[in-house]
Amino acid sequence: MRLGDGGLAAGRLSAKARMYGFVISFLAVPLVLYVVFVISPYVQAFYISLTNWRGVSASPQFIGLENFTRLLDDDVFWAAVRHHGLLLLAMPLITIAIALFFAFLLNLGGGSKGGTMTGVRGSKFYRVVYFFPQVLAVAVVGVLFQAIYRPDSTGVLNGLLSMVGFKEPVGWLINTDLALWSIMGVLVWQAVGFYVVLFSAGMSAIPRDVFEAAALDGAGRFRLFFSVTLPLIWDTIQVGWVYLGIAAFDAFALVQVLSVDRGGPDNATTVLPLEIWRSAFTFSKFGYASAMGVALFFLTITFAALSLRVTRRERIEL
Amino acid sequence: MSNPAGTPREITRRQMLRRIGLTALVAGPAAGVLSACATSGGNSAASPTASASASAVSAANPFGVVADSPLEVVIFKGGLGDSYATDVHEPLYKKTFPGASVKHVATQQIAQTLQPRFAGGDVPDFIANSGTDLMDMGALQAEDQLLDLTPLFDAPSIDDPSKKVRDTVVPGTIESGLIAGKPYILNYVFTGYGLWYNSKLFQEKGWTPPKTFDEFKTLCEIIKGAGLTPYAYAGKNAAYYQYWMILISAAKLEGNQVLLDIDNLADGAWTRDSVKQSAAAWAEIGKFMEKSYEGLIHTEVQTRQNQDKVALYPSGSWLENEQKANTPDSFEYAVTPTPSLTAADKMPFEAIRAAAGEPYIIPSKGKNTAGGLEYARIMLSKEGAKGFTEKSGSLTVVVGAAEGLPLSPGLKSVADAQTAAGANIVTYSSFENWYKELETELRKQTNSLMFGRITADEFCANMQKKADSVKADSSITKQNRTV
Repeated sequence: MRLGDGGLAAGRLSAKARMYGFVISFLAVPLVLYVVFVISPYVQAFYISLTNWRGVSASPQFIGLENFTRLLDDDVFWAAVRHHGLLLLAMPLITIAIALFFAFLLNLGGGSKGGTMTGVRGSKFYRVVYFFPQVLAVAVVGVLFQAIYRPDSTGVLNGLLSMVGFKEPVGWLINTDLALWSIMGVLVWQAVGFYVVLFSAGMSAIPRDVFEAAALDGAGRFRLFFSVTLPLIWDTIQVGWVYLGIAAFDAFALVQVLSVDRGGPDNATTVLPLEIWRSAFTFSKFGYASAMGVALFFLTITFAALSLRVTRRERIEL
Repeated sequence: MSNPAGTPREITRRQMLRRIGLTALVAGPAAGVLSACATSGGNSAASPTASASASAVSAANPFGVVADSPLEVVIFKGGLGDSYATDVHEPLYKKTFPGASVKHVATQQIAQTLQPRFAGGDVPDFIANSGTDLMDMGALQAEDQLLDLTPLFDAPSIDDPSKKVRDTVVPGTIESGLIAGKPYILNYVFTGYGLWYNSKLFQEKGWTPPKTFDEFKTLCEIIKGAGLTPYAYAGKNAAYYQYWMILISAAKLEGNQVLLDIDNLADGAWTRDSVKQSAAAWAEIGKFMEKSYEGLIHTEVQTRQNQDKVALYPSGSWLENEQKANTPDSFEYAVTPTPSLTAADKMPFEAIRAAAGEPYIIPSKGKNTAGGLEYARIMLSKEGAKGFTEKSGSLTVVVGAAEGLPLSPGLKSVADAQTAAGANIVTYSSFENWYKELETELRKQTNSLMFGRITADEFCANMQKKADSVKADSSITKQNRTV
């Protein structure tokens, strides 16, 4: 960068250059780190997906799109994609619904007291409790729910059920129709706390007089929630939706720890990250695993782009 | 075989993150964008092998080990522990070469620990490649990463220099480690397989282990009447204990040929009558199992057996050692062969599956390959083998090494069963190591069969379909076995 070269034109340039120099110097380091640790592995994964690399040789053989054509006939791959579809539809919906309900109760559910909206009694305590699952490591949650979902009478849930008269223990993770829902239950349980906090922050940013005006006009809690709160925190919900959607493309750790034979029974719970891991580290098919990774990459960005587009709405200025 | 004795599958968050990280960083020579990639670098580190460790070859030092060359040993720390290496074999090696330093690495995740090192060219000298996360040895061999062990088996035995090492091990040991016709794997542990029960309980109740499947079903009814689960295995992580039993029964009916054909991916091997009959018979036994056993792991089921809630459990001879801490005084392990399917079975009831298991390998691109071979020769000495049996509670393939050792009831039962079987040995299955995809599918289908979601015919058809697809997959190197 040449600075202070003299002359009128150069003087104007140097002001501009100085500004760009300032910006670039801040961006350069993170950009390089991002390229090295994020972009380049992606690019390399795209390349490996076109080879039959088995993970140990230095010279993978280029095989074109063979891995991708094989994906099309792979039942397990499609089972995993279907499960992501279900997770994508149900998991964000359930999580956001529960989180909104709790956040509303914690912030506005107590009604108007002394002119300001308050939460239900003990809301500060609940706020902390809801956040607990978020603090636990995934592995801890997995081990915890192994005990909770254990399929015989020694399981926590089955023990409770037998106390209230259900004799036959429920196979939470061994019933092929139930297993994925059981795992989704854990995902929701773990995520709700975070979104309660997120939505609470959104709600507390809404000016109190908006609620008061609505309340004066005779709006009940139901009306307050749907006509005032929801539109005003729409941006936050949208962000939450994208986060949860991306989380629905993961679920690796919980499926790996909780499910029968990693993804079973009969592929009932398998997800793409698990199949990628299995293809790479169990079958030594790194090329094929990378092809699945590329498929997952496109699924994820398609979802993110679509959901941002679909949920786009006029911003309400306050 | 992959003996995952004591290999629970729980993973920690850190391991998980590392695995994800590895998957994400699976790197290739990205058209010159970056030079530091995972797939490059293997070649450059590959050369300094034998040349660096050329030392005088003698009868006492048949591989020409350089006395002060360091040795790195990686041991899978599962049901066998790793004290056999730290307390027996490594000290013996240091006794032979006092100047050498021995680096000991114990891990439960062999593949996660070593795969990046193989890709990078920095490999250890000796590996116990076991556990659920063992490395695919077919893939390693195909990439020239494994050392041919022929010199080891042709070297003179430490105990009797007039004998070759190959003549001091149980017949079938070397064959069990062949890949593409050459011995690359040292299967060290002698393992007997069958149905395990509490001999004290059976004696007390007057039950006798069944010799036919009809007797088996009758006994199951009686045991069920007594309030126990007659038979169970752990579906969540040990479905392969069950598929061993299905394969054993098929082999008893048709002879070992069916297992060879399955290993060789022969057309229609899975849909043969012997496999069908065996699957159907075992599915009948599966009906006595509570559904919940599909969601339990092996240690949970084994503990229930120790509590006399489960009568018969399929496993191998490591079981007694694995359960040592949980076995009450009222429990004494004993093993019985799997029942006969028909009166016309090719092999008698006494036939058992016995195999050399626990694969040990030597990377061909290690820095001290001669040291690795010498370490293996020490393991195959009587002193090394005896120490192994003492520390791990498992028999080795070294003939007569356990002589004079006091054996536990379970181990004695294995030895007796082996004597009764004589030459009637059901062979091991190589596809478990050769074709992990087929193996994974077999676990899945076995659970489906045993817990009543598919019929024996569907089981056979599904397995045949997977075997055909593996056969058609050009990226999988095909293996062949004749014995």
